[in-house]
Amino acid sequence: MRSLLATILLAAFTQFAVASEGGLKLQNANVNLSDQASLQRGAKMFVNYCVSCHSAQYMRYNRVAADLGIPEDVMKANLMFTTDKVGEPMLIAMRPDDGQAWFGVTPPDLSVVARSRGADWLYSYLNGFYLDPKRVSGVNNLYFPNAAMPHVLWELQGLKRAVFESEKTHDGATVEVFEKFETVRPGTLSEVDYQRATRDLVSFLVYVGEPAKLVRYALGIKVIGFLFIFFLAAYALKKEYWKDVH
Amino acid sequence: MSTNTDKPATLLGWVDARFPLMSLWNDHLAKYYAPKNFNFWYYFGALSLVVFVIQVLTGIFLVMNYKPDAASAFGSVEYIMRDVEWGWLIRYLHSTGASAFFIVIYLHMTRALLYGSYKQPRELVWILGMCLYLALMAEAFMGYLLPWGQMSFWGAQVIISLFGAIPVIGGTLAEWIRGDYVVSDITLNRFFSLHVIALPFAIAGLVFLHIIALHEVGSNNPDGVDIKKKKDENGKPLDGIAFHPYYTVKDLVGLTVFLMLFSAVVFFGPEMGGYFLEANNFIPANPMSTPQHIAPVWYFTPYYSILRANTINFLWIDAKVWGVVFMGLGVLSFFFLPWLDRSPVRSIRYRGGLYKTALTVFIICFLILGYLGVQPPTETKTLVAQVCTVIYFLFFLLMPIYTKLDKTKPVPERVTM
Repeated sequence: MRSLLATILLAAFTQFAVASEGGLKLQNANVNLSDQASLQRGAKMFVNYCVSCHSAQYMRYNRVAADLGIPEDVMKANLMFTTDKVGEPMLIAMRPDDGQAWFGVTPPDLSVVARSRGADWLYSYLNGFYLDPKRVSGVNNLYFPNAAMPHVLWELQGLKRAVFESEKTHDGATVEVFEKFETVRPGTLSEVDYQRATRDLVSFLVYVGEPAKLVRYALGIKVIGFLFIFFLAAYALKKEYWKDVH
Repeated sequence: MSTNTDKPATLLGWVDARFPLMSLWNDHLAKYYAPKNFNFWYYFGALSLVVFVIQVLTGIFLVMNYKPDAASAFGSVEYIMRDVEWGWLIRYLHSTGASAFFIVIYLHMTRALLYGSYKQPRELVWILGMCLYLALMAEAFMGYLLPWGQMSFWGAQVIISLFGAIPVIGGTLAEWIRGDYVVSDITLNRFFSLHVIALPFAIAGLVFLHIIALHEVGSNNPDGVDIKKKKDENGKPLDGIAFHPYYTVKDLVGLTVFLMLFSAVVFFGPEMGGYFLEANNFIPANPMSTPQHIAPVWYFTPYYSILRANTINFLWIDAKVWGVVFMGLGVLSFFFLPWLDRSPVRSIRYRGGLYKTALTVFIICFLILGYLGVQPPTETKTLVAQVCTVIYFLFFLLMPIYTKLDKTKPVPERVTM
């Protein structure tokens, strides 16, 4: 009991920010949720490349269809591989234990990953794979060192090599600092097209993280507009009543 | 029932013969005379009542859909966010309401410090208010466990473990609170019960007592003048105006402005940059994986900083224990204000430089401690936190001295507008 307490307090007392793994600045995902075509392309990428291992267990197919303007029959025919019931959530066939055995870690559910990791992190991660013979999957990731996930999108992006430079810190230690990527084998998409494709995918994940995001801004403007008009009326009423207070 | 005859034959008359409706209405609204010089700082009492109502109403609908079960709690919150009609709005109103509650309460307390509202004869109003503050902290802490994310889990784990630092009984006490050796399904269930039944009842009861006590002694005002000393021939204070309609219409204006700001957060940034809803709390609770950065929600961070600032083992007692002691004292110190403050005047308007300086420095330190509580500690930051902690306690400890020495200005007979 005492040692558990010590561990917990130690964890509370020694905190380190997670964002700066490797000290790299994240790339800007630049997602645009009002671009419905981008979200639709993102949905297509998601079901084709991600849903074999990652579920989005809180997201239903028919909700995606309704929100992104995809007819349900198109959804059923082209975007549903793990179920044929359109009201079902986006589940996977893979068992968690198998994932653990095959990858060393169960691939996480992606329903709210955009809310825990952030869009920029996801975008950087999808653009951060490089060849690393030391890894079982053959690749490593700049933004998530030693990630268990293989580079699922390698055919699209191609394969890259990371160039590191040795730099001396002010206390004399040598650190490897990322310099640039070099293409080893080009993919089926150009660099710009791959960035667009990953941006679409991240946009879709941001939407999946919070479907209400598609409606809450517009509703907020209406609510605050109403409150402003109500404010004018309330203020006039207050002025009228307070005329006789000296 | 002969008294029935002198009442008009209306529904109101019928009720009034059986229930003191009109006298309650008059005592607390239509003939409750509040000073006419209330300023900006006097909105926050009414606003905290509104936020409480928002929390209760949204809470009722959340409970209809939430499952207090470690296996399904996280999923049920996402179910509310997606599948429940308007569930996302109800949830954001509730999560934003939690932070808004503390914002209005901190401003409400600042008002009391500015205008000496805790001073005689309002000591009980103040103490009941401080009890409300404690109940609110417990309510917020227990509510924060319910989404069952990583921050919910580890935040609760850390805070409950603090009780474990108490010598001798600590370990048993922490176990008794959790009902288990670690935060678990049992803890979630009891926190749910306390969050939706016990504490809301306690808060509602305390609010009632707080208002009854206030209406017995009457409201203070920015001048700290006792308006009951100057009354007209009808016994109505010359500087008093009826709460209704004057302050009901005025509070309506303040309420609308508050709701605009509140809606801006609800609709445009319910996470508030990670301060109202933390990113790590979108990862389901995992007892096997400790997050690297555990910080409480912003409204607890001043006290969390005080806890962390205690790094010295003293009198054979562990620094950790001192941290817990000083964190507790930090909250409890407020209770003693009515007796620590020896100034003959209430309002800061007529106090001298000593109190003005002390209060300004105290508020700055409180804010710095709050800021440091969300930051990972470094050597410099810990040192700053230690300095601020010392100043925090000196504000209370030295108060009898500096309020007595302070050169006060003469208080006017009547309020100023």
